[in-house]
Amino acid sequence: MDKKLITEDGRRLDGRRFDELRPIKFQIGILKNADGSAYVEWGRTKILVGVFGPRESHPKHLAMPDRCLIRARYHMAPFSVEERKSPAPSRREIELSKVIREALEPAIFVELFPRTTIDIFAEVLQADGSTRCAAISTAALALADAGIPMRDLVSSVAVAKVDGNLVLDVMDMEDKLGDSDMPLAIMPSRNQITLIQMDGLLTHEEFVKSVELAKKGCMEVYAKQREALDSHFRVVGKEEV
Amino acid sequence: MTNQIIPAVKRRQIIELAETGKRMDGRSLTDLRKVEIKTNVVEKAEGSATVKFGDTYVIAGVKFEIGEPFPDTPNEGVMSVSAEFVPLASPGFETGPPDENAIELARVVDRGLRESKLLDTSKLCLIPGKKVWIAWVDIFILDHCGNLIDASSLASLCALLTSKLPKAEVVGDDVKVLDEFVPVPLRAIPINVTLAKIGDKLFVDPSLEEEEVMDCRLSVAFALDDQKQEKICAMQKGGVGTLSFEELLRAVEIAKVKSQELRKLLPSGEK
Repeated sequence: MDKKLITEDGRRLDGRRFDELRPIKFQIGILKNADGSAYVEWGRTKILVGVFGPRESHPKHLAMPDRCLIRARYHMAPFSVEERKSPAPSRREIELSKVIREALEPAIFVELFPRTTIDIFAEVLQADGSTRCAAISTAALALADAGIPMRDLVSSVAVAKVDGNLVLDVMDMEDKLGDSDMPLAIMPSRNQITLIQMDGLLTHEEFVKSVELAKKGCMEVYAKQREALDSHFRVVGKEEV
Repeated sequence: MTNQIIPAVKRRQIIELAETGKRMDGRSLTDLRKVEIKTNVVEKAEGSATVKFGDTYVIAGVKFEIGEPFPDTPNEGVMSVSAEFVPLASPGFETGPPDENAIELARVVDRGLRESKLLDTSKLCLIPGKKVWIAWVDIFILDHCGNLIDASSLASLCALLTSKLPKAEVVGDDVKVLDEFVPVPLRAIPINVTLAKIGDKLFVDPSLEEEEVMDCRLSVAFALDDQKQEKICAMQKGGVGTLSFEELLRAVEIAKVKSQELRKLLPSGEK
């Protein structure tokens, strides 16, 4: 496949500049049963996250005396990708569930809820690249919506190298045909990394630049997350007056 | 998941000792444990190796099998990496299908091998779209004493480096496997180095007791290609702690130096 990922005037396939995010639209509190929920349309990537808890741990032996157990499940709908995906969890989904949990857990005050569990369920309805980053950023909002005390939000974005250029917010085509992919998640106001993964070939200098670009992207995602929280809870506030 | 009661006392001890630049087992923060590599330990496998990092003991075996290529890469052979945390390796390991830790380990090892472009999969194609060589890399953890990722990566690498590919003749739609062997088509060599963060210190090649009290770990794989160019080819953070940007860059610098040290231990005659 020799498809060009960068046009001659230095734009990407969807017309974006190298350092530009796709349009991101978060919605908060859209599920009735879940204690907290959020939905995102991140370019063509669409993910719904529901949070339950803190609630009683099942099975009981999982309960921890000094803190709450965090569980996360990242799952792709069979119709979310071009070729139907089996609904059974793949090895990829199991690994992503683990790193997503580890990306979110540092932000949660787990010691406030001993012997309980918080479950985070992310369902990918449509996948078009950067799904783990979108799931993490959206899950942070769902956790906030559930009223769970947090140190910070978690904001995430991926940087890829395509045709020799470092580009922000990787879409599916760039992930498949690009030379590298590096998802990063941070707690923005604490300036701490909660997730980093990388595959592909990067020189040390390219790696440092990728991290800088990803950090800038995370701060932009953070601004959008705050905006979403702000508008959601401000509306509720007005109704109550 | 068995060691949930974190020995806070031990963590404090490890941190205090690290202030003086030392570790519980006498190493400095950047020392590797003694690394031992043995290759061709299982004759029936096309490639095999055991690796020890101190008491951590891992075996990897390579089997080649003829199978179908993936539809999107009809001209390329396939590599598949799996890991088993066998119950004899730790009181915490149980029988049953691989859990998330075994799956993460296999996928991190796989990423290092794959992204470095170690195996030239285009040379593993027999009949495009129909028959290719599949390289099965299976990792067995035999004794879990910390840093399974680096030991497993090195064992898988050494098993592949010393493996022999059966010679095959294509006759029409049939493939005849001969009783001869050719070297496996290899390119860049990846080396993985893991550091644990405990407090504000970084520990190279963490032991089990360090892993039990760590905030998080970072694994970085470096590939050295035939032009002697060194690049980062894979990375993974694990654990629920966080890293600052300064710590991330420092960890990558240290990992690079240690990868060069490990590279010198590779079986001789294999680049």
